[in-house]
Amino acid sequence: MAAEATIPLSSRKAKLQMRDVSFAFERDGKSIPVLDKISLDIGDGEFVCVVGPSGCGKSTLLNVMAGFLSPTTGMVAINGETVRRPDPRRIMVFQDHGVFPWLTVEGNIEFGISGLSTAERKERVAHYVQMVRLQGFEHTYPPDLSGGMKQRLQVARALAMNPDVLYLDEPFGALDAITRVMMRSELLRIWQAERRTIIFVTHDVDEAVQLADRIVVLSSRPARIQDVHSVDIPHPRNISSSGYLQHRDDLLQKIGLAYSA
Amino acid sequence: MTTLAKPSVWEKFFWPLLTAVLLLAAWKYSVKWSGTQVFPSPASVETGMLELLRHHVLWADIADSLRRVAFGFGTAALLGIPLGLVLGWYPAMHQVFNPVIQLLRPISPIAWIPIAIVLFGIGDHAATFLIFLGAFFPIVVACAGGVSGVPVIYRRTARNFGLRPAQILARVVFPAALPQILIGLRIALGIAWLVVVAAEMIAVDSGLGFLVIDSRNSGKRYDLVVAAMLMIGLIGLALDTAFRRLEKIRSVRWGFRDEY
Ligand SMILES: Nc1ncnc2c1ncn2[C@@H]1O[C@H](COP(=O)(O)OP(=O)(O)OP(=O)(O)O)[C@@H](O)[C@H]1O
Ligand SMILES: [Mg+2]
Repeated sequence: MAAEATIPLSSRKAKLQMRDVSFAFERDGKSIPVLDKISLDIGDGEFVCVVGPSGCGKSTLLNVMAGFLSPTTGMVAINGETVRRPDPRRIMVFQDHGVFPWLTVEGNIEFGISGLSTAERKERVAHYVQMVRLQGFEHTYPPDLSGGMKQRLQVARALAMNPDVLYLDEPFGALDAITRVMMRSELLRIWQAERRTIIFVTHDVDEAVQLADRIVVLSSRPARIQDVHSVDIPHPRNISSSGYLQHRDDLLQKIGLAYSA
Repeated sequence: MTTLAKPSVWEKFFWPLLTAVLLLAAWKYSVKWSGTQVFPSPASVETGMLELLRHHVLWADIADSLRRVAFGFGTAALLGIPLGLVLGWYPAMHQVFNPVIQLLRPISPIAWIPIAIVLFGIGDHAATFLIFLGAFFPIVVACAGGVSGVPVIYRRTARNFGLRPAQILARVVFPAALPQILIGLRIALGIAWLVVVAAEMIAVDSGLGFLVIDSRNSGKRYDLVVAAMLMIGLIGLALDTAFRRLEKIRSVRWGFRDEY
């Protein structure tokens, strides 16, 4: 399974394509350019991390990919079909406050699958509760969960939709360092088990090198693609191996360059 | 959260009780020492209260007041919640209606009494209408504010999960705004209870408000006046306490601060 992560992109069919995507926010009659001609192909089942300086446009990029924002110019396509609006086949996981506090863990996970039969729904809830290790908390409300549990719940709610693409916007950014490390390995485990395409925004270089097949480095605003870095180490990655450290240093250097550009 | 500052059980009852006893004593002795012939002492208020209860006037008046509040407040909630939801949901509607609402809102329902009487004549309907007016605007404003304050992330999530606009309103926006809506309803219920007393002094001849004014007019029975006032306070407190229990419901508890 793990070896699949190292298959070169060219041999996979592109899941998501971005062609010359630019985006600008309009504020007070002025136009603030945020994305500048982003072109990117992401393969089916690929795990891509996006890193870049704060405020460069990472969240905006994800929002455009997910169809929450329409590109000013250029186009985004998934499976060859232009993205025009959000779609339940592609789910976004937010950094914080993403779960619904008025629903229990169970209620949150079944939120998007009310169309299924009760039996199917229960089965799926049970499956993903177990996958994100929230057994015993099915009837708990989010205010009684820890930050890490809430994020796992958000991931479970997303996965229950059976999406083919998962967008994660700094999903572990608000968590403490130890929880973050655990969440990473859980996400990897889930990704290896279910093979969705994952696009993951992060501030954290280590996080990117541990998780990604490829890392997209963005410049400061307006964001351009500064570099695309492939990480060809199989999972599980040994974070003290020389190969890992080499990638990490390369990336830090590229980001250093990117940040000054 | 407040384990350190939490008073022990006996303290929770002891201090309020002590305050009540001291206030009663202050009342009793200021009546006694000032030698007033008009203001009743606690003892005569108690006799007055028993007299009212014995003649069943009080129960009938309480029932009348509560019924008017139920109708006025109920109508205000029934119309105000949907209107507030719509105003919060469609910013354009908000722009159209908000100036009118903001203009009407500060007008005390008491100022509407002449118009209420012209429209409905002396009687229940006029009183109910005044209560409706008092409760309606706070409900609308709270609902609209609650809805427009729903975090963008919730709406995005709802759209992402493929919900249609009506479903977004019912399954995400309404539950997300519900704590704010409950706060609005609670404020409105308090206002309704204030307004019913005022309305009953003028527009009808029953209810606790009428009891107050009637006790004064027919024989200057200030013991009954104060007894009725106390009853108004107690029922108002009971209504508010009952309403606050709604805040403990699991699906809204997250919206009230003491939960964190
Ligand atoms: N609704 C908006 N209106 C106007 N400008 C906006 C809006 N949202 C974001 N921006 C601007 O667009 C730029 C990119 O924002 P974005 O949230 O995409 O950055 P980011 O890379 O995700 O930052 P961070 O790492 O801090 O999350 C920022 O400079 C921000 O000021
Ligand atoms: Mg961001």
